[in-house]
Amino acid sequence: MDVKIKIREYIVENFLFGDANPLTDDAMSLLDEGIIDSVGVMELVAFLEQDFGVSVADEELIPENLDSIDNLSSFVARKQVA
Amino acid sequence: MCGICGVLALEGPLNLPDEAPQRMIGIMRHRGPDEFGAWRDASIFLGHARLSIIDLKSGQQPMAGPRGRHWISFNGEIFNYVELARELEGLGHVFRTSSDTEVILHAYLEWGQECVDRFNGQFALAIWDRHERRLFLARDRFGIRPLFLAPHGHQLLFASEIKALAAYPGFQPVLDPGGVAEVCQYWVNIPPATPFQGVYQLPPGHTATVDSESAACGDQGWPGCLKLRRYWTPSFLPVAEDERFVSRRETEDMARQVHEKLVDAAVIRLRADVPVGAYLSGGLDSSATAALIHHHTDHRLKTFSVGFASADHDESWWQHAMARHIGTEHVTIQVDGQDIAGRFRQVVRHTETPVLRTAPAPLHALSALARSEDFKVVLTGEGADEVFVGYNIFREAKVRRFWSRQPQSTLRPRLLTRLYPYLAQSPPSFLQRFYGQGLTDTGDPLYSHRPRWRNTVAVAGFLTGQQQAARAMQDAEERLLRSLPDDFTRWGTVARAQYLEMTTFMAGYLLSSQGDRMLMGNSVEGRFPFLDHQLAEFAGTLPVSAKLRSLREKALLKLSVAEMLPENILSRPKQPYRAPDSDSFQTPAGQELVEEFLGEGSGQGEGLWNQEKVGALVRKWQAGRLSSARDNMCFMGVLSGRILEKEFGPGLEDWVQESQLDADELVWRNESSGT
Repeated sequence: MDVKIKIREYIVENFLFGDANPLTDDAMSLLDEGIIDSVGVMELVAFLEQDFGVSVADEELIPENLDSIDNLSSFVARKQVA
Repeated sequence: MCGICGVLALEGPLNLPDEAPQRMIGIMRHRGPDEFGAWRDASIFLGHARLSIIDLKSGQQPMAGPRGRHWISFNGEIFNYVELARELEGLGHVFRTSSDTEVILHAYLEWGQECVDRFNGQFALAIWDRHERRLFLARDRFGIRPLFLAPHGHQLLFASEIKALAAYPGFQPVLDPGGVAEVCQYWVNIPPATPFQGVYQLPPGHTATVDSESAACGDQGWPGCLKLRRYWTPSFLPVAEDERFVSRRETEDMARQVHEKLVDAAVIRLRADVPVGAYLSGGLDSSATAALIHHHTDHRLKTFSVGFASADHDESWWQHAMARHIGTEHVTIQVDGQDIAGRFRQVVRHTETPVLRTAPAPLHALSALARSEDFKVVLTGEGADEVFVGYNIFREAKVRRFWSRQPQSTLRPRLLTRLYPYLAQSPPSFLQRFYGQGLTDTGDPLYSHRPRWRNTVAVAGFLTGQQQAARAMQDAEERLLRSLPDDFTRWGTVARAQYLEMTTFMAGYLLSSQGDRMLMGNSVEGRFPFLDHQLAEFAGTLPVSAKLRSLREKALLKLSVAEMLPENILSRPKQPYRAPDSDSFQTPAGQELVEEFLGEGSGQGEGLWNQEKVGALVRKWQAGRLSSARDNMCFMGVLSGRILEKEFGPGLEDWVQESQLDADELVWRNESSGT
């Protein structure tokens, strides 16, 4: 399944409880829009590690990698190639 | 402590259904199971459920003043009634009882509406003037005692609890989606709103008058027939004075004065004709309260505390250490998830609002324990964190303010991990992103509380009417902004946060859902020395730089009680009182409750809550994945909201019937039974 679709589904189910309306586009900031909080980031990382088999280092825990669906899917894609 | 209720005819004579008094008083019999009284004339009915504490023999209510002109129904205590009675006697007043209720009547006669300025106490009261045909309502400064109102046709209903209004024949309160949305965002309703349509609360620190014959009692956010007057508000120093440097010697001098005032506040709260006990949480505030009583009374103090099966929440070790230190007779109750879930429905019947935590439930168990030991009155440490700057929200505001002067700093936000150790595990850049939102909007009056509310608002996402919810939350914010006192803009970040915390979270949640309702649910009166208004006013004149020294919370208070407490209690990091939330429902009692209220088919059509989202939430809970505080608030908010909807809807009539007074339980009072 397309990485982006899978990430989107996870976010909708896990943080938005099935209600996709607040996710207006894939570039929007999940944190600024209140979709995840700083603790939620850890849930998200656990999901990436478990479902995509990537491992995330401390220094990679930055908004540029994790704060939107676009950023997340490119991050996963980069990790999977590496 | 008691429950009051009444019905005022706004036009023409009072048309009171026969069973109304027995229904209204009966459903709040827990507030005062000792005696039930009623009185009426052609315009008004007053009801009373009494928990006898002062002047057990002759303090019955409703009570008449001299020559029967005034009649009162009163809930609470006026602690300085002895001094007031002496003063009034000097002015020629003659007393026939030794109750504080009679003192209120005479104070009203002498000083009119301004009598409340002289009361040191916790009260909600209604006085009917038969000559002027005017009803006077008042509520204490911090909102320790509740008072709700509802215009109903040509009548005005009022009562200590919403359920008593709901018991009035023909008045069916309906949950207001906007009122519920407010709670989901702010934890509380911003006065005068409540979660119910057409039901209002008299805001703390306010009085209201209403004339009979004031036919117009429209319902536009507040019943227009009521003239509202604010008589008190928390106050603080202007920012420059508040944040000035305070020398060590000066601090010590302040601490001595705080100690003296605290002793006065505690001692006056021991006035009762029944034994007075104390809650002991294991923290600083209740330890100080208990120690103060111990030092200033002859009798052996009895203390009560709640322990948890979950080690994360349990403070038993500290409670026992403190009890041993002052030598109290200590009784505890152990609570686990099964207990919390098992009493949760009852808890929501008492809170009368959605709650975002289970924390009220163990307090309900605790008041049951006190009552089973024959205690009707307990002192607690409530209010110390607000008055003497104990909570993390104050330290958080101070750190954000400090950080806002160098928004690019990556070191300043790290201070937040000192407040919230669990944040040390979340990525620093996300921490900065979350707490950095609105960082430089330091002129925003609600600056301190934005991060909290940004987290809570997720609960409102479960409501069906999203646009309506958004509008209601905006309305509530505007209502809150309008209610800020003129001085507010002159205060610093922490003082503003204190004001907001006192008037929102403390008044609307801690003193009600965790306070009055859980105590009175088992007929126990709470008294709170730290909320003595003279002490609070004095604390407001002391610089915040002494109260919150650097990031050391309650520094001044600690200094003022240092001699009475063991060192390890004094130096113990503050542990917020919490109970296991959604985990409590992973128990037989909890699963049953969740199935009944959140399971498939539990939704009442497209009701208040979005059933699809609720289903997804329940699935995440079933999988044991509700890990964040936010998810837990959502779960508790929706569960309690659903319970509220049912108990105050289809479940209400059975409840009223079960609790209704028998005719011979109710004493109708007349002129000759007055004073």
